[in-house]
Amino acid sequence: MTGAWWLILAVLVLPAAGALLLAVLPEAARRAAPALGTAVAALTFVASLGLLSGRHGPRGDRVVDPWHAVDLPWVPSLGVRLHLGVDGISAPLVVLTTLLVLLCAVYTLWTRPAGGSVRALYALMLVIEVGIVGTFLALDLVVFFVAFEITLLPMYALIAGWGGAGRRHAAMKFVLYTLAGSVLLLVGVLLVAIPGGTDIVALSQQGAGLSRTAQITAFIILALAFAVKSPLWPLHTWLPDAHTEAPTVGSVLLAGVLLKMGTYGFVRVAIPLLPEGARAVAPAVAVLAVAAILVGAFCCLTQREIKRLVAYSSVGHMGFVLLGVATLTTTGIQAALIGNVAHGIVTGLLFFLAGAIKDRYGTGLLTELSGLGQRAPVLAGILGFIAVASLGLPGLAGFWGELFAIVAAWERSEGGTDPLWTACAVLAAIGGALAAAYFLRLLRIVVNGEPGPVVERAGPLPVRPGEWLSWGPLAALTLVLGLVPALVLDLGLGPVRALVAVVSS
Amino acid sequence: MNAQTVDHAVLAPLYAAVATAVLVLLADLLAPPGRREWLLGLAGLGVAATGGVAWWAGSGAGHATFCVPPTSIGPGGDLVAGCSLVADRSTAVLGVGFCVLTLAVLALSAPVVRTRAVPAGEYTFLLLCSLLGGLALAGSRDLITLLVSLETLSLPLYILVGLRRTAQGASAAVTYLLTSVVSTSITLLGAALLYAVTGEVHLRRLAAVLSTVDLGPAAPLASAGVGLVLVGLVFKVAAVPFHAWAGGVYDGSPLPVAAYLSTVSKLGGVVALALVAVNGLMEGSAVWASVLAVLAALTMTIGNLLALRQTRTVRLLAWSSVAQAGYVIAPLAGFAAVGSGGGDVSDIAGPLAATLAYAGFYVFIEIGAFAAVISVRGAADGGTLAELRGLARRRPWVGAALALALVGLAGLPPGLAGLFAKVVVVRSLVDSDVLWLALVVAANAVLGLAYYVRVAAMLYERAPEVAGPDTAAPAAAPAVARPAGGLERAIPADPAHEPERGALLTEERPRPAPAVEPGSDRSWAVTATLALATLGVVVLGFLPQVVLWAADSAAQLLLR
Repeated sequence: MTGAWWLILAVLVLPAAGALLLAVLPEAARRAAPALGTAVAALTFVASLGLLSGRHGPRGDRVVDPWHAVDLPWVPSLGVRLHLGVDGISAPLVVLTTLLVLLCAVYTLWTRPAGGSVRALYALMLVIEVGIVGTFLALDLVVFFVAFEITLLPMYALIAGWGGAGRRHAAMKFVLYTLAGSVLLLVGVLLVAIPGGTDIVALSQQGAGLSRTAQITAFIILALAFAVKSPLWPLHTWLPDAHTEAPTVGSVLLAGVLLKMGTYGFVRVAIPLLPEGARAVAPAVAVLAVAAILVGAFCCLTQREIKRLVAYSSVGHMGFVLLGVATLTTTGIQAALIGNVAHGIVTGLLFFLAGAIKDRYGTGLLTELSGLGQRAPVLAGILGFIAVASLGLPGLAGFWGELFAIVAAWERSEGGTDPLWTACAVLAAIGGALAAAYFLRLLRIVVNGEPGPVVERAGPLPVRPGEWLSWGPLAALTLVLGLVPALVLDLGLGPVRALVAVVSS
Repeated sequence: MNAQTVDHAVLAPLYAAVATAVLVLLADLLAPPGRREWLLGLAGLGVAATGGVAWWAGSGAGHATFCVPPTSIGPGGDLVAGCSLVADRSTAVLGVGFCVLTLAVLALSAPVVRTRAVPAGEYTFLLLCSLLGGLALAGSRDLITLLVSLETLSLPLYILVGLRRTAQGASAAVTYLLTSVVSTSITLLGAALLYAVTGEVHLRRLAAVLSTVDLGPAAPLASAGVGLVLVGLVFKVAAVPFHAWAGGVYDGSPLPVAAYLSTVSKLGGVVALALVAVNGLMEGSAVWASVLAVLAALTMTIGNLLALRQTRTVRLLAWSSVAQAGYVIAPLAGFAAVGSGGGDVSDIAGPLAATLAYAGFYVFIEIGAFAAVISVRGAADGGTLAELRGLARRRPWVGAALALALVGLAGLPPGLAGLFAKVVVVRSLVDSDVLWLALVVAANAVLGLAYYVRVAAMLYERAPEVAGPDTAAPAAAPAVARPAGGLERAIPADPAHEPERGALLTEERPRPAPAVEPGSDRSWAVTATLALATLGVVVLGFLPQVVLWAADSAAQLLLR
């Protein structure tokens, strides 16, 4: 027990209890379900803000040194402890998760997706929150795995219950791909845990005591597991389908935070526990990440549907994050952390907008949406702002992660002498430029085109108060994080330095 | 000749089971004609008492009976005694497990007995006889007692399977009988070979001979004997190559008998396999451990692949239980490391405990799944999966319990018990360096999820007749429902729907499930069993150490 341990329990117990309460809510009280769900999400968000307070930065050379932690025995015969904690790497992600869940809850107050009952929708959102926050907080490998798995079925249900026309197929594809990832995670985790125990804090301090070959095997298995979730090319094919068919809140949570579980897994589990494996395999991850950046960009250039376009842009952005991780330098991992958070905010808002546009006009086809700017200027304005943020304009959130990922890759190339890293840096930069191309194409069609029949028929559609409430914070954060990236970077600096020290020693 | 003293404490659970069985048979004969559900209650009391006796007999220092005096193994070897029947903590745990499962099956039998689908007296008597076999099996420590108890466990099932007296039931019974006879004769052949080579039937002495005495040219024969015994025994757990009976037999039996087959009978098979594997594989026969590994891999893969295409509920559960058997025997592959490396007993305690632990988690979840199906179907057969569509909307608690059981079998949260079962198995495999099998288990978890989730999702779909105009009617997954032509009818499409949904609606689909399922005259016994099993699964999810502890202590004692 360290620091405000009760806050750690609160951010998990509150949504879990809320979901349970919603599930057994008596018939008479069901009208209150949305309000109840939103209230629980708000309380959880407030509790998670509390986690940001307290002592920052690690003491001495500890790799993982949580500010607040809970440590209780759970399954003694497997050596599993309920060890949860928050540090500079996980804190921003926890807050991002609780914020996005709250905004989704608020958004659903006004805009209810067609499908199952709204009570179940809120319950599922809260369960997903438990899983994601649990993953970010877990400091025990088995607890990490369990939390990783918790999100799987609720997300499936969210897509299958409230999704678009092809939801069943998309949901099945999502659940099978990600389950394949998580069972690999189980194998990888046990490869590490059997000789070394399951405690992440102890393991990252002393290493798992594996031979070099064993480290490489374990790292490859873990990297595959996290790569499915992130997703990394060529394991990304579940993502566009899932995003396109998911309801708006599903897409927001999926892109906003669910994908981060993969990149977080690299930083929290795979790299510190298997430093030798990481050093050996990182170049391969970097190559795949650059491939993801380029594939994402080229796919975006040809997409005709707005949600698919945003989904493929996610593949590219997560490619930058993974490139940052793969450099194994302080700059690169810091870039990954801020890239994670920025992508959560920016893409979260992009999916909100894409969902709102599809709800209003009943179509996501870019050609049919041309001229949106003339008929719905406010909506198009926000879309323009966030698209510009997504393509990495300096001064907005998306900029820092991508720039520093490229910088880190260039650092690794030692002034262009290492051909692999040079190529990675150059190609990633080209990918970044392509991102500008496809978002500008989107803006040219949607904002500047002549109004098509669909847009014309729908007439002016103002932004509703519920939408302002859920979009406003994200737009503001985009700007704030763009101007003051130190908000995230300072939190992560200490832990990242300690991590890099372990890997490079 | 010395008169042997018999330690009746060891036999006490068997006496109790026999007494209960005879009591039930007499009660059925002597009582005036009329309702017969009270027989189940009577049997239940007897089984509970038997469980208590089994616990009492196994507590304390442990007893053994029907022993041969210790003699040295080989020239100048250790003195090893051999006993045929023992009672210790492991038999206590297993005996109580058998009794609890039988109690659950008795409770689940209420609908079939009430509707007179089966004759109450004979049905209950046969179940109790089978339980007797299970109890004897837990304590058996020689090949003959082992085989006789296993047959005592199986023999009543040949009749129970066919007790409904339908063509389907008869065919199921014959299939079961024939497969069983073949597998038993293979096991007997193996046992005979072992006896011919070593002159021993007691497992401990057999193990000592196999590991210390140089058998010379007879060594391959002994190895073949071990292999034949093992291969014959996999029939009981419905593993490859004796898996093909599962689908038809489960579906043809009364539902509680299918539940019994997939829990008690399977647990018995696991115990028998473990006993032989522990003693036969100690050293020198690593090859058989590898064969078990391959069988486990094949079993889980084939079981899952067959389950993918099922349209009938019980058949799906049957093939899924085949796949589960693969996970159960997988850890035994870890014995290979010991067999080749000359390790000691403590090295195989881990894999053995993992096997028992997985079996423990599995029977809990499986009995929950069957309880949910019986709660829906009553005395009828399992029916088709399409008939379960929308169950969770009509009966939320039963639907949720079935969904939890299915998700538990898949090994995912919220079925945390199933998740820990998978963790235990994969952990054991990684621990004994059988990484490839761990990866096969992982791949199979994905394969299994494909059908578990499909069915679980179907429970929450809207049944067609309650679908409003704005809510999409569920799109039947093509593999799920393709019933015979006569059952199909077209539902008029709402032209306002988008094309894909419209197309799915006009597609010929099965007649919507009736609002009240056949035979869903709710029985409190079934409901209570369902509630208890579900509660058990939830509790075990948070406190898996209960099963892990029981498996650990049983494994330690089986090795002694």
